[in-house]
Order: sequence, then C-alpha cells, then structure tokens
Amino acid sequence: MNGRTLELGRNRTSVELRNLWRNRQAFGFTILFPVMMLVLFASIFSGTVDGTTVQMSQVYVAGIMGSTLMSTGFVSLAIGMAIERESGMVKRLAGTPMSTTAYFLGKVGMVLATVALQTALLIALGVVFFQMELPQSTSAWLTFAWVFLLGVTASTLLGIAVGSMISDSRSAPAVVNLPFVALQFISGVWISVTLLPKWLQMVSQVFPLHWICRGMRAAFLPDSFKTVETGGAWNLGIGALVLIAWCVAGFWICTRTFRWTRQ
Amino acid sequence: MSPAISVRGLRKQYGAFAAVDRVDLEVETGEILALLGPNGAGKTTTVEICEGYRTRDAGDVRVLGVDPATADREWREHVGVVLQTSGFTEELTVRETVAHFASLYERPREIDGLLDAVGLTEQAGVRARKLSGGQQRRLDVAIGVVGRPELLFLDEPTTGFDPEARRHFWDLIRRFREDGTTILLTTHYLEEAEALADRVAVIVRGRIVADSTPATLGGRDHASAIVRWVDHEGAHEVRTDTPTQVVAELSARLGGEASELTVSRPTLEDVYLQLIGATS
Repeated sequence: MNGRTLELGRNRTSVELRNLWRNRQAFGFTILFPVMMLVLFASIFSGTVDGTTVQMSQVYVAGIMGSTLMSTGFVSLAIGMAIERESGMVKRLAGTPMSTTAYFLGKVGMVLATVALQTALLIALGVVFFQMELPQSTSAWLTFAWVFLLGVTASTLLGIAVGSMISDSRSAPAVVNLPFVALQFISGVWISVTLLPKWLQMVSQVFPLHWICRGMRAAFLPDSFKTVETGGAWNLGIGALVLIAWCVAGFWICTRTFRWTRQ
Repeated sequence: MSPAISVRGLRKQYGAFAAVDRVDLEVETGEILALLGPNGAGKTTTVEICEGYRTRDAGDVRVLGVDPATADREWREHVGVVLQTSGFTEELTVRETVAHFASLYERPREIDGLLDAVGLTEQAGVRARKLSGGQQRRLDVAIGVVGRPELLFLDEPTTGFDPEARRHFWDLIRRFREDGTTILLTTHYLEEAEALADRVAVIVRGRIVADSTPATLGGRDHASAIVRWVDHEGAHEVRTDTPTQVVAELSARLGGEASELTVSRPTLEDVYLQLIGATS
C-alpha cells in the first residue's frame, strides 16, 4: 500500500461519510437505533445479575456496544455494498484508476468514524443514566481499545466479503441479518451466554461477536464479573486469537470474492 | 501509428448463444467510430470487452496497445468510460462528484472548465439525486472525461435527450475530438452517427455486416436517386442514376415548376434498416 492509495482511501472515506451524514433518515436511524435498544433493554430489565453486584443495565450497555459495532461494520456495510453494486456505482469506480484497496479503505474509514460516534453516545448514555462506570485502569482502557479495533476490523472485512457475494440487493438484508440475529442471541447481547446449553456456548465462542461483547464487559464491568462468564474467567487471550483469525479469514475472502464487475 | 482499438476474431458466448461471433474492428487514433446495431446484436458486449468489464471466449483485443482483460489500473488513466446506466453517490453535489473523480486521476481536467463544457455550471451545487435525466447524463460524461482520456467509450450517450440537448451534446463530443480524443460511440440514433462519426460499423447478430464512412455505408453513395413529384395524374416516383436529366426533362415537359418535387438518395437510416434486414 502506497501513499497514493492512502490518500484515495481518505478521499473515499470523506465521500462515504458525507453521503451518510447528508441522508438524514439513514443517519438518524444509524444513531437512534442503538440508543433506542439501550434505553428499552436497560429500562425493562432491572436489578443485579445473579451472583454479582453488577446491574443488568450495565451488562446491556456493554452488549449493545458490541452488537452496534457489528451491525454497522457487518450488516449495514454489506447491504450498502450490495446496493452500491446494483446502482452501477461500483462499475463506475471500476472504470477509474483507483485500486480496490483504496475502495476498501474508504469503507473501513466510514465504519470506524460511524462506530466511534455510536460508541461514544452509548458510553455517555450508559454513564449518565444506567450506572455504568468508565474503565478504571489503563489496562481496562487498553482492553477496550484493542477489542474495539479488532472488532471493527473483523466486522468490516466480513461485511465487505459478504457484501461482495450478494448478487441481489433486495435479498441483502435477509442474507446478513440471519447470521447477525442468531449471533446476537448466542453471544451475550440480550441473554447471558451462561444461560445457553453447553454446546451452544462452545459454538458461540467460535464467532467474533461473542468476544467483542465479552471484551466490552471486561473493559467496562468490575473484574469480579468474570466469575459468571463462560469458564469463570475473561480468557481474552483466546478472544484476541479468535478475532485475529476472523480478520485474516475476512481479508482472505475479500481479496478472493471482490470483483469490480460480474461477468 | 497503431490503432487505438484493434479487435480480431472476437467471440463471446453465453451458454449456446454467441453474443459476439468473430468480430473484427479497428478504431484509428483520433477518429470517432459509431457502432450501430439493433438491441441484443452484441454492441454492448463488444464494447464492454474492450472496456475490460467482460471476458472473452476467443479472439485478440488490443486497446491502447494493451489487452483489456489483463490491463492494470494505470491503463485506466488513459481510458474514459460512459456506461449506459451507472449510479451516483446520491448526496454529493455535482461539483463534489466531479472533484472526487478528478482526485482519482494523475492529471485531471480543471473542474470549473469541465462543468462549463458539459453545461452543469448552474447545477454545480445541486445534489446528484436531484438532477434531471439529461443533467445526470451530462454528469456521466463529465466523470468519463475528467481524467483526460486518450480513448473515450460512449454507450448510448443521448438516449432520452430532447433534440436541442442532443445538438449541444454533439458539439461537446466534437470538442473532445478536436482535443485528439479517440471515441467509440454506440447509438440507436442514425442522425447521431451521421453527425459525429468518421466511420460507422453495423453489428447484427454478433457480426459486423458493414464498416465504412457514413456517406458510403452499404453502397449508399452509388445508390440510385429517387425523383418524386405530383401532377394532375397523381404522385410519381422514378428511380434513376441520372436524376439531373430526369428533372430537366420533367421541367421541359411541364413547362414550369413540378409540384412537390424532391430528389433524394437513401438516408443512412434506409441503408441501416436494409443492412439489419428490417422492412421499412
């Protein structure tokens, strides 16, 4: 990757962000949806998590931060790419000297900026209304940082990979929401993972969303909360490996499935 | 100088159907070639293979000396493409759109001058999604030429234009040619081919059936003239190789003006319809 590619990636990011920001409906939905889910869940389910002093609402803030990250990086991105391809925009860009890497960088930049805004908003709401505390130590902030970055990278690469494979934009929401909704239920966003049958807990740990959400809990909840996690420990080393593996797999699929045009 | 586009024995098959069947085509540097043909004749397939968008099953293709199937991104610096339909980033303004595409090229055209040339100066601040069909088409062209291409592909550029907009568009294309741009144009409009093209190639069922200047296509220049007039006996029509003599004799016989007198040769449209086997 050279300076020119980075420069074009930055140009693409700017174009993507302006396009999102100026579409008031799309932008409003992007911002309000996670907020709505947080307010609903954190208000409906009150009390502490069994065996801990942690409020249910705090767990939901961490879980919704994780699922929002994947929703923007994976779901919205894949659907957006399918629409962009169908509109002929991708074909138009294919006719220019821009590299695929610059195109991908634009997507990554857009997702990063959007998720950063969403996450900041969720943290602010969590702290102000739902008894959540900001990470208390440098190491907790570092945990948040690497979980965030690896989570965004894995989600975005998978979003591009899947978005490149969808041939009809009308089917895109169904194609990407099916795995995403299932993952949310088994990854501890809405239901504690420990309530799942053992085999489903194992399945859950294969996927990135489990580790993104667990990482967010590790960063934002008291360390003692780990006693109610699967295996009674955070096990974030495994989480890092799983996320890195998904990044590598996502990148590999991207470079092999993305075509500027279909034959 | 080697031709800008050289196609030899091109073949493209979709299942059992040969969309393009042994097509030979050359476009010389600096000329405008119009590729004509009915829908489904293989125009777009041929052009998209030259543009590097589609693969081919057989034949040799060289575009600016390079095989488009294996061309790198650098080749795209020299090739401009205006597709039949392609989307815009809807919330970007006209100016932002052109500026963004300009940023993708090493030596782009100056943006204000280009907006002026395509007649979008007044719409510079309008978002792409709010443009009319004709304005969108002009933005397509602006994007296609912003990188100063040596070779420009125009796929049915004026479909849906009103006659005045079409004339303006033709002037614009002529200016690009004066700058030395080679142009491969596909169109449904015979008058467009006649107005712009140095050479016309007609493709029917995947094959080139004629390839010459608009004035000589299908032996048009040698074809008999038709003299038509009306007198008290009704309408007359005489097919002749000596129309001047026919008119002189007519004048002598009638001793004055012949009513509704016309002398015509087959139009490009007449020749074209004959070539594609349609009944006019």
